Amino acid sequence: MIRPKEGILDPQGQAVERALPALGYDDVAHVHVGRLIELEVGGDERTVTARVEEMCERLLANPLIESYEVQAAGAAP
Amino acid sequence: MSARVGVVVFPGACDEEDALIAVNGTPGLEARYLPHGERDLKGADAVILPGGFSYGDYLRAGAIARFAPVMEAVIEFAREGGPVLGICNGFQVLCEAGLLPGALLVNESLKFVCRQVVVAVDSTATPFTSGCEPGEQLSVPVKHTTGRWFAPPKLADQVEAAGQVVLRYAADTNPNGSLRDVAGVANEDGNVFGLMPHAEHAVDELTGSTDGLRLFGSLARHLSAVTA
Repeated sequence: MIRPKEGILDPQGQAVERALPALGYDDVAHVHVGRLIELEVGGDERTVTARVEEMCERLLANPLIESYEVQAAGAAP
Repeated sequence: MSARVGVVVFPGACDEEDALIAVNGTPGLEARYLPHGERDLKGADAVILPGGFSYGDYLRAGAIARFAPVMEAVIEFAREGGPVLGICNGFQVLCEAGLLPGALLVNESLKFVCRQVVVAVDSTATPFTSGCEPGEQLSVPVKHTTGRWFAPPKLADQVEAAGQVVLRYAADTNPNGSLRDVAGVANEDGNVFGLMPHAEHAVDELTGSTDGLRLFGSLARHLSAVTA
């Protein structure tokens, strides 16, 4: 999961935040729009997480403007 | 003999032809294309990364182009002090490659913006602005969705203090919400320069301005001095 870093103006998040009250959701705050990348990587969970974090640093995210979070979903079926 | 300028062509580029025309229309410069798969720069004395949507702008604008084979040679050339110019998408690629400070974010308006803007030359310490007057105003078009230059406060202060802000949008004309009205920045040595406005579209009276030639003319003068 990749999100705009804290403190960076996120006009997409703001646009969504402004749209929600129109549907009656008045109590929503701090909306941020990021993106989700799914990938299959071989290896045990610890190695895989470390490798995906490295991928985030080098390509999947831009650490200057984005934060990322890696979640292992378990073995592929 | 004219100095050689390589215009890199990524899949998804769209402004390489205008860049070629702009360079070839500048006395003392001669352009040729450098396809993305090349591993050397074919003797280029300067390199231009033109605008467009390299690799569909997938992931982030410029993020994938940065790993094209030709970029290894461009990065080495830049580190050796060779003049490298990135226009729009090229600017995004140079930021992604770590050759320029900061990053380009989606416009504050979330909208594609296409209009003529006025930018002021803040630094003449680059091969591309050395022929300009400090503070000189240039009329050039912008056309982008991802042009909001951003750097974390500490980095932005460093960039300012080192005189790396090269172009700034004139007061109240910032088209994308960029930090401190930045329209173009250089690296510390000044040889790598990226800008959002399309200097290559402002080289003929037909399209309203020839101010873009101030940048290409500066490069010609610079290269004739260093290659003489």
